[in-house]
Amino acid sequence: MTGELMLHVINGSLLAMMIVAALAIARLRSLFAVAMLTGLFSLLSACVFVLLDAVDVAFTEAAVGAGMTTVLFLATLGLTRSREKVTPKDRAIPAMLVAGGCGAVLIYALSGLPEFGAADTPVHQHPITEKYLVTSIDETHIPNTVTTLLASYRGFDTLGEVVVIFTAGIVVLMLLGRCAREREPEQDARVKD
Amino acid sequence: MALQQDQVVLRIITKLLAPLIMLFGLYVQFHGDFGPGGGFQAGVIFAAAIILYGLVFGLDAARAVIPPSSLRILVPLGVLLYAGTGVLTLLLGENFLSYNALVPSDTAKGQHYGIIAVELGVGITVASVMILLFFSFAGRGKVKA
Repeated sequence: MTGELMLHVINGSLLAMMIVAALAIARLRSLFAVAMLTGLFSLLSACVFVLLDAVDVAFTEAAVGAGMTTVLFLATLGLTRSREKVTPKDRAIPAMLVAGGCGAVLIYALSGLPEFGAADTPVHQHPITEKYLVTSIDETHIPNTVTTLLASYRGFDTLGEVVVIFTAGIVVLMLLGRCAREREPEQDARVKD
Repeated sequence: MALQQDQVVLRIITKLLAPLIMLFGLYVQFHGDFGPGGGFQAGVIFAAAIILYGLVFGLDAARAVIPPSSLRILVPLGVLLYAGTGVLTLLLGENFLSYNALVPSDTAKGQHYGIIAVELGVGITVASVMILLFFSFAGRGKVKA
């Protein structure tokens, strides 16, 4: 019972810190601070994923959300201005209506979800869950079901994901790579000197 | 983006941390069958080591470690390694990406080799795309207003 109480306390404090970080992001005008706080928000959500036993997702969130994205934000801020423009007052009410409306729709949608951890949901009762969790070890002899699922049963989907990352990389190179290439002759000249 | 020469603590700590982060990336890559992790996570962790090095020692130092020209080869190489494994299983007479064909006498070994090859492809592509993203963002000059 104390373990469960402990879990509630940790979950509650993590979620409270996430809310505080989100409010601070909305209030702050210094974009450097905002970039650091979004990294902190990602790190907190990675902690929540660890508590939910989704360690793979936590890895990705910590490395991409807290690491990569923050670095890319900072690199971009080095190129542009680092203070947010002041929003005109007359835009505040429509913005609040849109944000409040979206929030209300999401909260309404929450009421249709099953209770957290409920056993009688399709996720737990569908026969395919049984197949992956029980028979995958006999079919593939690999203990990590997540890896078996991603790389073996759903190998074709994962190939698609890799192609998506490949395409994203190519597109960024096409958009931003030209500047790097223009500088290359200059560097060559420096080497000759 | 290079830090000044006198940031001794950051420079020493980065030199200590970068190889450990790379080692952890390789562990996540090749231990993905047994523990949490896999190609995607490993690629991002490996790229994080290079990016940390680039942040502290400057972009040119990081470009000397991994030249962008070799990254441009590595990005498609990972995808080709993944798809090539599928073509190999096709040629061996099975379905696309059904690894049992790799070692017909022992499905456990076939699955193991197939997953290792495929995850390596994912890791190579993800790591090189992430490093390339960092190089192209950080390498841009300031926009002239």
